[in-house]
Amino acid sequence: MAIAKAVYNQNLYPKQLEVQPETNEVTGTSQAELSWRVPVHGTVYGAALNYQEELDVLGNALYEKPYNTPPAAPVLYIKPVNTLTPHLSSVPVPQGEEELQTGAALGIVIGKSATNIEVNAAWDYIDGFTVANDISLPFESFHRPPVKQKARDKFCPIGPWVVAKEEVAHPDDVTIEVFVNGKTRQTATTRNLVRSIPQLLADVTEYMTLYEGDVLLTGTPARPPLVQKGDKVQVKIAQIGTLENTIQ
Amino acid sequence: MKRARIVTGGTIHDAVEENGKVKLEDGRLLQEEEVEWLPPVQPQTTFALGLNYADHAKELSFQAPKEPLVFLKGPNTFIGHRGETKRPEEATNMHYECELGVIIGKTAKNVKKEEAYDYIAGYTIGNDYAIRDYLENYYRPNLRVKNRDTCTPLGPWFVDKNDIGDPMNLTLKTSINGRITQEGTTADMIFTIPDLIEYLSGFMTLNKNDVILTGTPEGLAQVNAGDTVVTEIEGIGALTNYIRKV
Repeated sequence: MAIAKAVYNQNLYPKQLEVQPETNEVTGTSQAELSWRVPVHGTVYGAALNYQEELDVLGNALYEKPYNTPPAAPVLYIKPVNTLTPHLSSVPVPQGEEELQTGAALGIVIGKSATNIEVNAAWDYIDGFTVANDISLPFESFHRPPVKQKARDKFCPIGPWVVAKEEVAHPDDVTIEVFVNGKTRQTATTRNLVRSIPQLLADVTEYMTLYEGDVLLTGTPARPPLVQKGDKVQVKIAQIGTLENTIQ
Repeated sequence: MKRARIVTGGTIHDAVEENGKVKLEDGRLLQEEEVEWLPPVQPQTTFALGLNYADHAKELSFQAPKEPLVFLKGPNTFIGHRGETKRPEEATNMHYECELGVIIGKTAKNVKKEEAYDYIAGYTIGNDYAIRDYLENYYRPNLRVKNRDTCTPLGPWFVDKNDIGDPMNLTLKTSINGRITQEGTTADMIFTIPDLIEYLSGFMTLNKNDVILTGTPEGLAQVNAGDTVVTEIEGIGALTNYIRKV
């Protein structure tokens, strides 16, 4: 059992719920009675190449053109507001495209304005954690901002809820799984983040303020599963919950 | 009409321009130095263009792009007219970028060039500072260069679309401490305003008050702590900014 906040049904603001992260059950209600909304209201940022295996996959390419050298600072991107879509919503495949790339991510939800914070103070600035699926059109190059690949409508399912930080003992050691039509297609752990959660928050806020309600996606594991029309995609993060969407 | 959001007397006001002064809702007329200026619009999504003027692309030794080079900005980076931009003491290469900002007026999806102006509410000026010391070749131009706190002054005014005859033929000018260092015209954009609206709305929904910063012409120059930088666009206004050491 965990305390979470969610926006659902006619509510415009988050309400507190008791949830079962392992089964996605909500105390005192059935899933069928809930119509979910996006549980966060700020800007959603993501960190790319924050899993060691992603860098390993690039290998020598990190030292070749156009990159020349491995990344020194976090590689960040923005998922704008048109991309946000809730738990159990559908994600459209754009016309002319066949496949979408999933992007299972642990999202840090910010609790108060964070500017140039210290690593050992990072926990104070976190409100909780959520689950995101950073959908993209498949792409190979990290050279230019992948706006056309990542910023499409409904390309960032997020939810179902935000679990209070106190409920997640070790967010730098949680298992992330992706299921497509019920079959396990990816398993990863936040133990393999290049920058841990506190380190990432310190490095990002060194030059940009994160505000209450903003979300920082901590990275998407290497070799993301591809999905097609009709697929049911679930991103499950231990101690937080399962985000489910259908590709339409 | 030129509209602004300003602070005076501990309150945020909507104001309009009248004879070079700031007119509040209650009729009070104030000098621009008497008020604090906020960005004139609060965008949800802000787009910026890299290398959208052929001469500027050449200046940075790049081929002009075949497709718009778009990046996004977060709300942390915006400040108003007469605001202070932080320049890290360690930085060796910081320059301004005077840009015409297009403010979207209504939800736009799959808009054709021919109808693009119907979706515009107005214009403003953006100064899209870059600190090139932090450039890396991943998602370049990366957020550490382009999305720093206080590094995108916006304003002073939200100028109604109908006040501007042809936004594709406006003079842009930047001065540092009164000396003009950049001069160009929006006529030299590689991808025009209608091109950009068609391109962006072709793959995503644009919302009211979203802003597109359309890129900068050649004439980059170093800015230093203590400098006063004025980015000016014909008919839109003059956006003043102060560089402060941190």
